[in-house]
Amino acid sequence: MIRVELRKLLTRPRTWITIALLAGLPALVGVFVRTTGVGPRPGRGPALLSEVLSNGSMFPAAALAIVLPLFLPIAVSVVAGDTVAGEAAFGTLRYLLIRPVPRARLLIAKLIATLTFVLLAVVAVALVGLVTGWLLFGLRPLTTVSGVSVASEQLVLRVGFTVLYVAVSMFGVAAIGLFASTSTDAPLAATLATLAAFVASQVLDLIDAAGGLHPYLPTHYWLAFVDLFREPAYWSNVLRGLGIQAAYITVFLGFAWAGFATRDVTA
Amino acid sequence: MSTVVRTEGLTKRYGSSTVVDAVDLEVSEGDLFGFLGPNGAGKTTTIRMLLGLVRPSAGRAEVLGRPVGPTLATALAEVGALVEGPGFYPYLSGRRNLSLFDAAGPGGGPGDRRDRIEGALALVGMAEVDRRPVKHYSLGMRQRLGLAAALLRRPRLLVLDEPTNGLDPNGIRELRELFVELSRSGTTVVLSSHQLAEVELICTRAAVMVGGRVVAQDSVARLLAPTGVVVLTSPDLDAVAPCLARLGGPRLLDRSGDRARISLGELPSEAFVAALVADGLAVRELVVERRTLEDVFVGLTGGETA
Repeated sequence: MIRVELRKLLTRPRTWITIALLAGLPALVGVFVRTTGVGPRPGRGPALLSEVLSNGSMFPAAALAIVLPLFLPIAVSVVAGDTVAGEAAFGTLRYLLIRPVPRARLLIAKLIATLTFVLLAVVAVALVGLVTGWLLFGLRPLTTVSGVSVASEQLVLRVGFTVLYVAVSMFGVAAIGLFASTSTDAPLAATLATLAAFVASQVLDLIDAAGGLHPYLPTHYWLAFVDLFREPAYWSNVLRGLGIQAAYITVFLGFAWAGFATRDVTA
Repeated sequence: MSTVVRTEGLTKRYGSSTVVDAVDLEVSEGDLFGFLGPNGAGKTTTIRMLLGLVRPSAGRAEVLGRPVGPTLATALAEVGALVEGPGFYPYLSGRRNLSLFDAAGPGGGPGDRRDRIEGALALVGMAEVDRRPVKHYSLGMRQRLGLAAALLRRPRLLVLDEPTNGLDPNGIRELRELFVELSRSGTTVVLSSHQLAEVELICTRAAVMVGGRVVAQDSVARLLAPTGVVVLTSPDLDAVAPCLARLGGPRLLDRSGDRARISLGELPSEAFVAALVADGLAVRELVVERRTLEDVFVGLTGGETA
């Protein structure tokens, strides 16, 4: 069943269009920054982008920072929200279940396909970022945000970890999306519900009055990977971010399973 | 003969309304079982419970000797079904759709997948189908493709909910022949339909469902048993009355011209003819009146339309 779901994901044009758009946006930003030579003012614009001007090797991480606040979560919400509700809308859910594909296996296959999409998207953004950075700005050994140079194997390691960290952050969105998708027969509703959760978290994260809540919001530590480009790398927020995502993933996958295991499938 | 489908007190309630009310069905191996009822009678919900899609509020369902439910899907490995219209990935061709369905679930090795797909397409008369995506198919083609998907694994039990929807008369006849052929080759077929004529033509047994309850379940032959009424055509109808009076049982129901409907009661029709001839009456024609399934249906449903 996992192979079937992967085949569906990989043969669907939507998957590749989404990934192309995701990877294309940072490249476009890169072109603008390169031709104008104007980086964002300190404290404004996407993280790490000003560093790119002096060193293209920062571009993969900067590219992820560009798509992370909005485009990546939207893409993940669309794909995750579509998983089960999309099958219901096509009328294929009932035919899969009476094949019979046990509900647990269907859910796991859907989860794995969604995670595959997340990984593909994040890796594509990073790779296109790397090529863009190389072509537009040239690759140099990393000068960190703290102004100290680090060895290039260190850089590769840190970019690799950034890719993983961003992917895990998106797994959190995917888990919420999968839960939403098992609760409705309308893929759009599932996607919007996931986005609503994401926007709610972002809004609360901006409000000082909700300060006590901040460390528990799913989006709070999303950009913590910027800390990895300090010298020495600052791990504490990244680890907290991973912990929060693990909690959200566990809870929402649990909800998804509990709801879907015995639900009446009337679509 | 073994039982292929058995439900006991199968019930589904949504809130305070009971959609399926203590339904006991029994379908034996080799049956071509008609499942009749007006819209909203609970047929589809019953079928969904049989297929483990909907959890019964009470009672139990067994398919091929094994219980079914949302967490008990394994019994369905030898079942093919078409429920409330076919479902496909609209952006893929018919063959690719079948290939995805074939690869899902147990029993579908990739080695002979192509053979299974071509075999199923041939059965429903779509062997020549091109590579258009399903979204460009006509309603009839989708219906056939849905049937092909149900037939992929050569199931022992085929559950079909309104399978001839959207087909033209030719297509309906072709599928009817296919159902009979499948049934002859040992597949048990459960056919839910509001096309009474269709069920009457091909089904061996039938159940009629009204308002969530099964109000009749029997062989089609018995459901359509003679009504005890004959239509007599005779030039000597005026002289029939004394003959009827002498026989005691039979009564004249109505008459128009030289044609009369007569209820024979317990009297066999050959005895009636013998009595008429003995009285010297000319019998031009005597037809034993049979109910159609529609009559049965309308009688049972109190005139609700199918």
